[in-house]
Amino acid sequence: MTDHSEVDAVTGKSTTGHEWDGIKELNTPLPRWWVISFYLTIIWSIAYWIVYPAWPLIQSNTTGVFGYSSRADVAVELANLEKIRGDKMVALGAASLADIEKAPALLALARAKGKTVFGDNCVPCHGSGGAGAKGYPNLNDDEWLWGGTLDQIMQTIQYGVRSGHAKTHEGQMLAFGKDGVLKSDEIVTVANYVRSLAGLPTRNGFDAAKGEKIFAENCAACHGDGGKGNQELGAPNLTDKIWLYGSDEASLIETIGQGRAGVMPAWEGRLDPATIKAMAVYVHSLGGGK
Amino acid sequence: MNKTVNPKDLTSDDDYGPLYAARKKVYPQSVSGAFRRIKWGLMAVCLGVYYFLPFVRWNRGFGAPNQAVLIDLPNSRFYFFFIELWPQEVYYFTGLLIVAAVALFLMNSIGGRIWCGYLCPQTVWTDLFYAVERLIEGDRRERMKKDKSSDPMKLERISEIVLKHSIWLLIAWWTGGAWVLYFNDAPTLVKELVTFQAPMIAYIWIGILTATTYLLAGYMREQVCTYMCPWPRIQAALTDEWALNVTYRYDRGEKRTSVKKAAELRALGEQVGDCVDCYQCVAVCPTGIDIRNGPQMECIQCGLCIDACDNVMTKIGRPKRLIGYDNDINIQRRQEGKAPVYRIVRARTIVYSAIIVAIGGFMTYTLATRSLLDVNVLHDRNPIAVKLSDGSIRNAYTVRLLNKSGYDRVIAIDAHGPANATVHIIGVDSVTPDRPMIVIPRDSTSELRLLVTAPADDNPQKSIPVRFHVTDIGLGEVASATDNFVSP
Ligand code: SF4
Ligand code: SF4
Repeated sequence: MTDHSEVDAVTGKSTTGHEWDGIKELNTPLPRWWVISFYLTIIWSIAYWIVYPAWPLIQSNTTGVFGYSSRADVAVELANLEKIRGDKMVALGAASLADIEKAPALLALARAKGKTVFGDNCVPCHGSGGAGAKGYPNLNDDEWLWGGTLDQIMQTIQYGVRSGHAKTHEGQMLAFGKDGVLKSDEIVTVANYVRSLAGLPTRNGFDAAKGEKIFAENCAACHGDGGKGNQELGAPNLTDKIWLYGSDEASLIETIGQGRAGVMPAWEGRLDPATIKAMAVYVHSLGGGK
Repeated sequence: MNKTVNPKDLTSDDDYGPLYAARKKVYPQSVSGAFRRIKWGLMAVCLGVYYFLPFVRWNRGFGAPNQAVLIDLPNSRFYFFFIELWPQEVYYFTGLLIVAAVALFLMNSIGGRIWCGYLCPQTVWTDLFYAVERLIEGDRRERMKKDKSSDPMKLERISEIVLKHSIWLLIAWWTGGAWVLYFNDAPTLVKELVTFQAPMIAYIWIGILTATTYLLAGYMREQVCTYMCPWPRIQAALTDEWALNVTYRYDRGEKRTSVKKAAELRALGEQVGDCVDCYQCVAVCPTGIDIRNGPQMECIQCGLCIDACDNVMTKIGRPKRLIGYDNDINIQRRQEGKAPVYRIVRARTIVYSAIIVAIGGFMTYTLATRSLLDVNVLHDRNPIAVKLSDGSIRNAYTVRLLNKSGYDRVIAIDAHGPANATVHIIGVDSVTPDRPMIVIPRDSTSELRLLVTAPADDNPQKSIPVRFHVTDIGLGEVASATDNFVSP
C-alpha cells in the first residue's frame, strides 16, 4: 500500500493512492451532477421493475402495478387500424369486381389487401407469388381449370373445389387403372396419345389409332374430343404446354391409372366478402386472369 | 477545472479525496474587444437565421409548399430554396454531413476549437443567457456578491431572479417554437399554436427544446463542453503543432509583476514580463480557467481572454496580444530570437480543403444534372418466370415511376430485350399496343405491375438483359432502368 496523502509533484493534485507499475492515479472526481444523474438512473430502473412487467416467476411473471401488457397494446392498435381502414374496405366491398379493376385507388387497395391475405391463407399451397407446385396450380399463368375471369376466380375462392361447401366445384379425374376400367397397356397407349395431342414426342411403335379410340370412349366426355378441356367440369386442356401433374409418360400413366382430385377449401365464411373480393382481384392481377 | 491541491493544505481526511466534485460556478465578466465583437456578430447571424428562416417564402407554384426551407415529413419531401429532395436522395444529406465533418476538421487544423468558441449552439445560447443574466443581475462582482449574500431575500432580488428565469424560459420556448416551424408551414403553424390547434407532437417538441435549452444554456453551460461533448477529445487527436490556439505567450509574460514593480525593474534594465497578474483573463473566461497555465482541455478558443488582456495592455502602455492565437513553436522560435512563422497552408489543410471541394463539387454537379423523372424496376422473385399455355414466357416486374417535377406527365413505357416481347401494365388499357401509356401526377410516385411476354423460343437463353425506357410524351425526357428477362 502506498501513502494515501500523497500529492503528485507535477500537477499538484492529490492521488487516489493507487499505483500500477510506478504510475499513480490522480484523484479526478466526477462532477456532482453526473453522480446524481447516475443514481437517478438506478432509481428509475427500479421504478421500472415495479411499474412494468419485468421479472419472470416460476409460473408467470410480475405484471407491474398498472397491469400494462404489450399484447393489449397490439389489440388496441389493431382495432384502431380497422377503424382507419373501415371506410375504404366498405367501399371495396360495395364496388363490383369490374369497377375495382378500373379504379386505380381501389385496385391498389385490393391488391395490397389481397396480397397480405393471400400470404396468410393461400401461400402454403400456391406459393408466395402464386407460383404453385406440382398438383397446386400456378396462378400466374393463363391456364385455368375453373375459369380465369374475375367472377370465376372469385367463385372458386368462395366455394372451393371438392371442399364440401354446397356450391363447391365438383369434378374428378377417375382412376382408370385402379378401378379396372383400363388395362395397363391401354393406359400406356392413351398416355402416349395424350402426349401426341400436346405435340410431345411419343413412344416408338405406339398405336395412335388405338389411343384415339380409348380416348374417345373414356376421356373425351370430360376433356372434349380434341382434348381441349372443359372449364365447367374443371377438366384441363391437354393440348397446351401447362401440366399440373407433369407431362412425362410416367406422370401421365400415374394420373390415368390412379386418378387425381386436388382440393381447395371454400373461403366463404372464413374471410369476409370484401376480403375475398380483394383476393380475387389480387389473383387476377397476377397476370394470368382473363 | 479541478482545484489544484496544495500539499500543505492536505489533511489526513483528504486521503482518498472526494467521491465527486461540486461544480464551481463560473461568473464570467463582461468584456469588450475585437473577439467579443466577432462573437456578437456571429451570434446575431446564427440566431437570426435559426429564428427567422422558416418565415422566408419561396414560390414553387400552385399546390406546392411555398416555404423556403421545409422538412415535410408526412409527404417525405425536403425543400431548400430551389432544391427539392426526395427520400431516395438522402445521400445528399450524407454528403452534407461529410462536408460538415471535414469542415470541422479544417477549422480545427487552422484554429483549434474555434467552432466551439464561436459557432457551437451551446456556446451561442449560453452566451445569450449570460448576456441576459448580466443585464438583470449585473456583472461578475455583483452576481458573486448577490449569490453569496445570506440576507433574507428582498423583493428586488426576488423580482430579479423571476425576471431572469422568465426571459430565459421565453428564449428557450422560442427556440423550441422555431424548431417545429421547420416541419410545417410556419405562418399556419404559428396560428395553430396560439389557438391550441397544432398537433400534439409540435407541443411535445417545443416542450423538449424549451427544457433542453433552458437547462443546457441556463445551468449546464461550460460543463456541457467539458464533460458531455466528445469533440474536445476528438479534436485533441486531430490537431497538430501548427494549429493556432489561444495561447498565453509566456515568453513575453513571465516573470509576472505588478505594474509599478515592472516599471521600477525595467528602469534598472532588468528583464521582466508583461503580465501584471491582474487576473482579467481568468475573470472573463466562460469556462473558468487560467489560460496562463498552458493549453487546457476546457478552453473553447473563444478569444475573450485575448480581449481582456488587450485592454489591460493598452491601459499600461504595453503592446497588445500577450494572449493571442498562436502556437508553441512560435513561442520557442521567439525565445531563440527567430521570427515566428504561421503555416495555414500545409498538408492537412490542403487535404481537407480538397475533400470539401471534391464532395461539394460532386454534389453540386449531381444536383444540377439530376433528373426529374426516374424509374426503378424490381423483378418478381416467385415465380421468377411463367410459362403460358402457348409456350411463351412471361416475366413480371414491379416498376416504380417517380415524377419529381411540378406538373403531371404522360409517359410511355417500352421494353427492349427479348425479341418480339410485348409489354402490359396491370390495370392499364393502352391505346398503343406494346407501349403502354400512363399519367403520373406531379410530385408523386406510381407503382405499377408490368408484364413482359416473349414468344416461345426453342433455345431460350436463360437470361436476357431487358431495358425499360420511360419516355415523357410531352417533353421527350427519358429515364431508363435495366433488369433481366429469365426463362424457366
Ligand atoms: S481561456 Fe480564453 S479562449 Fe479559452 S475559454 Fe477561456 S476565455 Fe475563452
Ligand atoms: S489579463 Fe493579461 S496581464 Fe492580466 S493576468 Fe491575464 S495575461 Fe496577465
